[in-house]
This record gives sequence, C-alpha cells and structure tokens, in this order.
Amino acid sequence: MRDFISERARVIPPSGIRKFFDIALTMDDVISLGVGEPDFCTPWNICEASIYSIEQGVTNYTSNKGTPQLRAAISRYLDARFHTPYDPESEIIVTNGVSEAVDIAIRSVVDAGDEVLVAEPCYVSYSPCVTLAGGTPVPVPCTAETEFRLTADALMERITGRSKVVIANFPNNPTGGTMSEADYRAVADVIVDHDLLLISDEVYAELTYDGQHFSPASLPDLAERTITLNGFSKAFAMTGWRIGYLCAPPQITTAALKIHQYVALCAPVMAQIAAYEALRNGAAEMNAMVREYHVRRNLFVDGLNRLGLTCHVPKGAFYAFPSVESTGMTDPEFAESLLREQHVAVVPGSVLGGPGHVRCAYAVSRADLKTALERMEAFLCGLKT
Amino acid sequence: MDETDRLLLRELEENCRIPLGELAVMAECDEREVEERIRKLEELGAIRKYAAFVDWERAGDGLVTAVIELKVSPERDYGYDRIADRIARFRQVRSLRLMTGAYDLQLLVVGGSMHEIARFVSEQIAPMDSIRETATHITMKSYKENGTILAEHDEVERLPYSF
Repeated sequence: MRDFISERARVIPPSGIRKFFDIALTMDDVISLGVGEPDFCTPWNICEASIYSIEQGVTNYTSNKGTPQLRAAISRYLDARFHTPYDPESEIIVTNGVSEAVDIAIRSVVDAGDEVLVAEPCYVSYSPCVTLAGGTPVPVPCTAETEFRLTADALMERITGRSKVVIANFPNNPTGGTMSEADYRAVADVIVDHDLLLISDEVYAELTYDGQHFSPASLPDLAERTITLNGFSKAFAMTGWRIGYLCAPPQITTAALKIHQYVALCAPVMAQIAAYEALRNGAAEMNAMVREYHVRRNLFVDGLNRLGLTCHVPKGAFYAFPSVESTGMTDPEFAESLLREQHVAVVPGSVLGGPGHVRCAYAVSRADLKTALERMEAFLCGLKT
Repeated sequence: MDETDRLLLRELEENCRIPLGELAVMAECDEREVEERIRKLEELGAIRKYAAFVDWERAGDGLVTAVIELKVSPERDYGYDRIADRIARFRQVRSLRLMTGAYDLQLLVVGGSMHEIARFVSEQIAPMDSIRETATHITMKSYKENGTILAEHDEVERLPYSF
C-alpha cells in the first residue's frame, strides 16, 4: 500500500507536549497550570439563552457569516470598546473559534513562497497554518528585555523581499505581554513602508490589567491592512462553545468567506445565540472574572519572584512566563522534573517559541495557585540540596 | 471610595480572614495602607461586622426559617419606623425590610421548630397594635444563601494541558 499521508501533513510538527500529557495522566493529584482556558463556567445567563433557543427548536444552519444579530452586536462592541468600526454586513465573519479564524485569515492572504513574520513566543497554531497554506513562517523574537513587545527593530531585521504578512497576538499567550498605542505606531511604520498585512489575534483583549487594550486596526494607517481576530472563549469563559470572529476590509472578508463556507459552512447556531447574549448582558460577569484574574496575577507573580523565578509582570492574558535559567535547567527539563516530582504541570516555553521560560496559567483557583507555589518551592529546595 | 477600597470590600465580603499581606499584594500597595483603609471603612460603617456564614443544618442543628409578610397601619409622624424598630429588636428576626407591593414589612425569622415560629408570630408579632394582617411562609429547602449555592456539584474534568 502507498503511504497516503500528504507532504503538507507530514511536515507540520506534532504537539510538543504529548510526553507531558502522558505523564500527567498517570497521576491523580496534578495541579495543572498548563491549561489555556478559564477555570470559570460560562456565566449562567449565557447558557440559559442557548438552552432556551434549543428548546424552541433553533437548530438550523445560519448565514455563512453568522447571524445578523450577532454580527451587529460584535460591530457595536468592537467600536465601543476598541474604536475599530467594522461593518456587520461586509467586514465581519463569525467562525468556529479563533482557531478557524487564524486558518482562514492565513489562507486568504498567503501564497506559496510568501514569508509570514510570526511574533514569538506565541500560540502554537500560527506557524503550522502558514505551512499548510504553502507559506514560510519566519519567527520574530519578542524578548523579556522589552517585556515581550514586538519591536520595529526585530521586525525590520527579518523582512525580506518575500515578506507579506505579520502575525501578532497581544495580549500575548504565553508571555502576557501587551502593546500600547505607541508600541504599535512604531511597528505600523515598518508594516506600511514594506507594504505588509497584519493579522492581529486579540482574543485576550478584555484580559488587560494595567491600562486599556489597544487594537492596531484603530490606527488609520493600519485599518486597511489589518485582519482583526477575536472571540468569546477567554473573556466570557466560553472555550467549549467555539465562537470567534474575523474582521477585515471587504476584499479580504470576501476571500475568507469563500474558504469558511466550504470548510465550516457556519458556526453552530446555539453557540452564536450564546455569544449574542454574552455581548448583550455579559459585561458584569466578565468584569468580575477579569478582576479575579488581576488579583490572582498579583498573588502568583509575587509568589514566583519570591521563589527566585524571575518573572516580569504580565499586563494581560492569564499567563505568567517566568525564567527558569536560575535553576540551571532547560525549560523542558524543568517542566518534566516539576511534574514528576511535585505534580505541577506547566508548559515549557520552547514549545511556544520562548525557551528558558515556562508558561504558568493562573486561570485556576487561588487555593490551587497557593498549593502550586508551595510545591514549586519544595521542588526548588530539592534542587539546591 | 476608590477602586482599591472596592477591591478590599469585595475580598473581605468573600473571606474576612484573608491575611493583610495577601490583600496588600492584590491591591498593589503596602500592608500599612491596607490596614488604614480597612480601619476607615470600619469607622464609616461600610464594614458592619466580620461574621462566619454558618450552615446550621450541616453542623447538625436543623433550623426552621420562615418569611413573614406583615400588613401594617403606618403611624402619623412616624410611618413604619417605630413599629419596625420594635419588631427588629426580637432576637428571632434575622432581617426586616419595608417592601413595595401587596404587603409592607417582610421578616426573615429563624427558630428551632415550626411550633416555635408559630408561637412567635401568633403571640409576639400578630397582636401588636398596628399589625393588620400576617402571612407566614415556611422554608421547605434552601438552594442558595448569601450568594453561595448550597448543593455540591461535581467538578468538571479539564485537560491537564492545552494551548
């Protein structure tokens, strides 16, 4: 029999934490700081709206782009919160989570041979999606020295004649880094000068603790050359509902919609109804969750620094990204030993393009964070003896 | 009151035994400032008292609670205040509110038995001069008290890792 696996599927790397997953599954008292999702349940009003719609028999396909109500609500929300006006008819597509939005955004603009500059460390899917689209991912490092911001200099160094797209995710998974208006203005000049397009994944926008989230598409220079991605998973604790959205000028959404309609048709209607309720009546619950993450961040980062694991204060998302260099171990060694010896799960930074660090999600209860810190302390004491 | 005071009040409302040091880290200020702010909130009466939320049933003493609605004839010059003040002084009355709608005062009453509550209503409350009508509703089961859901739900399984 022939080997039927395509070259495209063969070249993308497997999950970088399969091994850790298997170790964790053999233990029954793991405290996991390895999960990139809120520990809260979806606020009840959101669930209720969806349950009611199912009871009413609303189980059909929707328009490919998503229900008109949800698109109108997203449009109002983005304009009011982040000063990015998008037309609900021609500039917004509701997707199956931001994951799908990442894929169709990349496939809409990347051709074989195009280079895509990916700000790293970052979420795991950008580079494989670029590869699947035939493009070449080019990592652009964001470092602890600049609090993990994307800088114009770092971007400039990697631009070639084949560069076409920049992918950035701020607030950032895994670093918690954010970009201010001034930070984006500096980068915007490079993007415009080299006629590039920006894909901005802002799924953690609401989880910004010190100051306001800044959306690059609110800069006039970037509005016409930015694809804004966002979703409901993180802000409204709705990971399992799989609702994200893609916003861009009409010529881009027209292309993206063609791909979306063939591969996904539409996002599930019951989840779209839930998302609509989230935007209509979810702000108070969301704010309460954000306040809780903020408090946990302060407690956890303080704890990490006390342990001697140097950690900058992450201004967004729900991850701390401490350096483990002081232990003399590499980040995969650190993550594996910590899991085996103290049953605390963290993600090695090198899996996410940030070697020398580990990602700790503080989207767990305060009691678990406290226990995790105690176990990490015991682990570090064990290293010294 | 500012955002820091709000944070302190929310935290203390949830857990009044939280250590000062933890509050200071959360609020991004030093312990002395936290202490000073709490003292001011106490003085202001924004913090009325520090109390445990007791589940007496779990502790082994089943209690009976009842909501009692009263229709009251208000007094000239005093309205409902004087009668409310008299009712509030009974130890059994856990809360007392003046309401809009079909009745005037609403009492939450706690007693050791239904009999005890019945006696309290019929002998202490109903005979008071300005009380025109009473309606007593006994609690059959409590699902949520003080913002806390009492039934225990199984924890939802989460994956140990996800990106």
